[in-house]
Amino acid sequence: MSAVSFPKDFKYTKTHEWIKVTGKTARVGLTNYAQDQLGEVVFVEMPEVGRTVKAGDIFGVVESVKAVSDSYSPAGGKVTKVNDKLSDSPELINQDPHGEGWLFEMELGDQAEADLANLMDQPAYERFQAEAGEH
Amino acid sequence: MTQSPYLPNTEADRRAMLAEIGVSSVADLFADIPKEVRFKGRMNLPRPLSEPELLGHLQGLSRKNATASEWVTFLGGGAYDHFIPSVVGHVLGRSEFYTAYTPYQPEVSQGVLQSIFEYQSLIVRLTGLDVSNASMYDGASAMAEAALIACAATHRTKVIVPAAVHPEYLATTRTYTQGQKIEIVLAAFDAKTGQTDLEALEKLVDDNTAAVLLQHPNFFGCLERPDEVSRLAHDKGALLVVAVDPISLALLKPPGAYEADICVGEGQALGNPMSFGGPYLGFLATTEKLVRRMPGRIAGATVDQDGDRGFVLTLQTREQHIRREKATSNICSNEALNALAAAVYLTTLGKEGLVEVAKLCLGKAHYARDQITKLPGYSAPFSAPFFKEFVVKGPGTLKDVNGRLAGRKMLVGPGLDQAYPELRGCFVVAVTEKRSKAEIDGLVAGLGGKA
Amino acid sequence: MSGTGYVYKREPVIFELSSPGRKGYSLPALDVPEPDLGQVLPKDQLRAEPAPLPEVSEGDVVRHFTRLSQRNHGVDIGFYPLGSCTMKYNPKVNEVGAGLDGFANVHPYTPEELTQGALELLYDMQNYLAEIGGMDAVTLQPAAGAHGEFTGISIIRAYLASQGQGHRNKVIIPDSAHGTNPATAIIAGCETVEVKSDARGGVDLESLKAVVDGNTLCLMLTNPNTLGLFDENVHKVADIVHQAGGLLYYDGANLNAIMGYARPGDAGFDVAHFNLHKTFATPHGGGGPGSGPVGVKKDLAAFLPVPVVGKQGDRYYLDYDLPRSIGRVKSFFGNFGVIVKAYAYIRSMGPDGLKQVSEDAVLNANFLMTRLKKDYYLMYDRICKHEFVASGLWQKDRSGVKTLDIAKRLLDYGVHAPTVYFPLIVPEALMVEPTETESRETLEMFADIMAKIAGEAKDSPEKVLAAPQSTFVKRLDEARAVRQPELAYRGDLGPGK
Repeated sequence: MSAVSFPKDFKYTKTHEWIKVTGKTARVGLTNYAQDQLGEVVFVEMPEVGRTVKAGDIFGVVESVKAVSDSYSPAGGKVTKVNDKLSDSPELINQDPHGEGWLFEMELGDQAEADLANLMDQPAYERFQAEAGEH
Repeated sequence: MTQSPYLPNTEADRRAMLAEIGVSSVADLFADIPKEVRFKGRMNLPRPLSEPELLGHLQGLSRKNATASEWVTFLGGGAYDHFIPSVVGHVLGRSEFYTAYTPYQPEVSQGVLQSIFEYQSLIVRLTGLDVSNASMYDGASAMAEAALIACAATHRTKVIVPAAVHPEYLATTRTYTQGQKIEIVLAAFDAKTGQTDLEALEKLVDDNTAAVLLQHPNFFGCLERPDEVSRLAHDKGALLVVAVDPISLALLKPPGAYEADICVGEGQALGNPMSFGGPYLGFLATTEKLVRRMPGRIAGATVDQDGDRGFVLTLQTREQHIRREKATSNICSNEALNALAAAVYLTTLGKEGLVEVAKLCLGKAHYARDQITKLPGYSAPFSAPFFKEFVVKGPGTLKDVNGRLAGRKMLVGPGLDQAYPELRGCFVVAVTEKRSKAEIDGLVAGLGGKA
Repeated sequence: MSGTGYVYKREPVIFELSSPGRKGYSLPALDVPEPDLGQVLPKDQLRAEPAPLPEVSEGDVVRHFTRLSQRNHGVDIGFYPLGSCTMKYNPKVNEVGAGLDGFANVHPYTPEELTQGALELLYDMQNYLAEIGGMDAVTLQPAAGAHGEFTGISIIRAYLASQGQGHRNKVIIPDSAHGTNPATAIIAGCETVEVKSDARGGVDLESLKAVVDGNTLCLMLTNPNTLGLFDENVHKVADIVHQAGGLLYYDGANLNAIMGYARPGDAGFDVAHFNLHKTFATPHGGGGPGSGPVGVKKDLAAFLPVPVVGKQGDRYYLDYDLPRSIGRVKSFFGNFGVIVKAYAYIRSMGPDGLKQVSEDAVLNANFLMTRLKKDYYLMYDRICKHEFVASGLWQKDRSGVKTLDIAKRLLDYGVHAPTVYFPLIVPEALMVEPTETESRETLEMFADIMAKIAGEAKDSPEKVLAAPQSTFVKRLDEARAVRQPELAYRGDLGPGK
């Protein structure tokens, strides 16, 4: 796997999504581990702007040539923006999973605090993905 | 036992291999089959035949069937006695094609992949739609899968099928849709024209209608009015699925021109022998919008590491081997070799040849109907325009009619009274480019009761 | 690259060979009065201009498709150990048989009294398959294995509904199953429940007990499974499912391993499909046509698709009189041309020959497994049946050479790669099915090549990573094919077409 480190200010799911919270809003993406497992990403199905999701809901699908992965929302809230660049350049998820390859932004719901409390912080996720990477 | 020509291992080979594996006999290799389920008998099958014996046996069986080379066939209803240029059989006999599997390793499967790509391109050009898959089992199952696509794409659960659609296509669609609780509603045909009754159809299309499944020409050979059906389906947000005769598309407006969302059809007419009903191929073409809902294999062009053009199977995440329970269809094996036949056929006939075939069918079919309907006791119950087949109402059952024709070794059909009790005494007559004027005149004389 | 080399390296798409006015056909002139197109067909339904099909000579067609054929691997060219696909030799007499005028040139609506030979063949074939599978009745209608699965699941649903069990909708599928199984269940309107494999590769009985209940429709089982392992608990599996009121579906993809040794019907399976294009030696055709007949136990026979072929006295007939039939799954009577070839195969092998087929298939697989396990990781090291699953895990861990690279390197050595990355439960899977029609020498050659590649992976991994080098094209950009799909040739059409 390429040497990309997991940002310290993100929270992480067991299904390998990340969420970066800024006040009442948040940005969601796939971790470097997830993109490495998938291989070259060729297609992304995004949630509709305005859609309300709960934590753990499937919000979209990410596809590589020979694999498909459902993506689960790390927290509840309302989708406010999706990363339009991905429709033409889904490879951004491979190139910069924690930055340019983000998936969507949301306005966090009332349950956000509880949702976020269930997620892993960076050191915990670091260990989690290292174990997942072993056969 | 004697050594089979298909099994290269000799007894010496087997002994050497068993020794290397470290077991003493073949029985040891089957020791994992529990005694509770072990088959202890000998299968009750006939003794093995040598190659000459087998050929003799097969020839014997084959001679008990009426073939289109000895019998003049005016049979239609979804399979047709079209001419197959010699090159088609020649290409299909290349065992590099027919002994290959689905092209999973593209670097050593460029022949199959490029031929699929060319097949898809030819179907796209014929239908006027954006994309085609690599083939379905046959026309009937292609229609059924199109109904499933429409329901998935529209999130609706009702499909309207005109009663003039091939009864076996309707039956297949029913079987495919029943598990998913999709409702099939029949739309009546106009007893005078033989076309789908548009007023009745319009009343049936509602906000829960996923698609209208039109067949054009329909089972009676009658041309439908696809522009009107397209409009009335789309007005309610339903899709138009149309099943076509590919040969007719040499003359008729392509389904893309009347905004069909999915075009399917039976591809047998394109270079495939009638072979007592199969293997044939279903074609399925659709719009770019629906490409990710398409069932089955799709080939696409790309480049290799050196930038040279090459072909691969693509958009595979739709398929069962990747998406499993979320796949768009369960189809795995398709009818690749029959699709190759279609590609070679369409290439050989080409731009002008397909038009010529279609015009020959059209001319001869119209001549035949004109002559038959002059006979006392025979009439054409439907007034709609037709392409290469039409319905005749005769003085008796189809059995009687074919009985009259037997002396001339001629056949017409299928009969309609099984599926349409109201059409008693009606049968289909199909006339391809292979039928000569003399044969048609013979048919007319035979029907007229001349020995 | 030299000019002549380029010609062979790149075969144009047929449209690029087209030249206006060139013809590849000849047809007779119209011998009846020519109708006025605009009069017999509605003007608004006529095509504005002819479909832009190619215009090429007959010689162009032959040369083009012959060259394409040469850019392809097939069983007739070399070893094709594609696991789960049973790429055995396709006997030529079967091709000749299916091509006989009295088979190939018969219209499906020809009256029964004029197709007695075809119907006799179909009738006997129904019985042969019933005997081989231990079933009571057979339909030949399904066109492929997955089509058979759909037919079988539909039959089970209809039968259970007739027993007041219409609510049952859960199909249990092992995690080692082919993708067609779960896809079939969903198309048939059911839900899927996955059951784990145990440490020996069979169905985990405890997991199975935990998932069966009053909603269980059936279990779909491939046996031997996709690991090439015979499920030693198959009779217990059958009991568990039957006790819960569900039925058992046998996926016949791997029947080639057990003919004459075990019959699905005897092991408690209620429904089974047969892949004539695998077990019964009909060619795969580059992806099809196949044929997927389905056998059932007698209680389910009333639900078979119509028609089935019956016999009364000396006369064979198409029996449509099955009021509880699930209907049709395709038009006409199945892929007759394929069925003829499989029939011919059964007649040429006989009962002992078919048993020998399975013995040699299993012998060949075990021999190859024995040779390969020195260099490749084996997750399940026990006697296999007709195939086994090795893994490129050692190579990946030691030198970064993945299974995909090993597969591509095999192409350089002139053999087809095994099935890769399947079954999903084995990492870096290499699923090898040699079949019985390969000689010991061929297997030894393949083992030598695999050993050599293992050596290359260790000593010069760049060779493996850069493979293939000897094929017509090098590794293809599959990501580009999805991101910028080009699914039809448009190079000769004007803009906007």
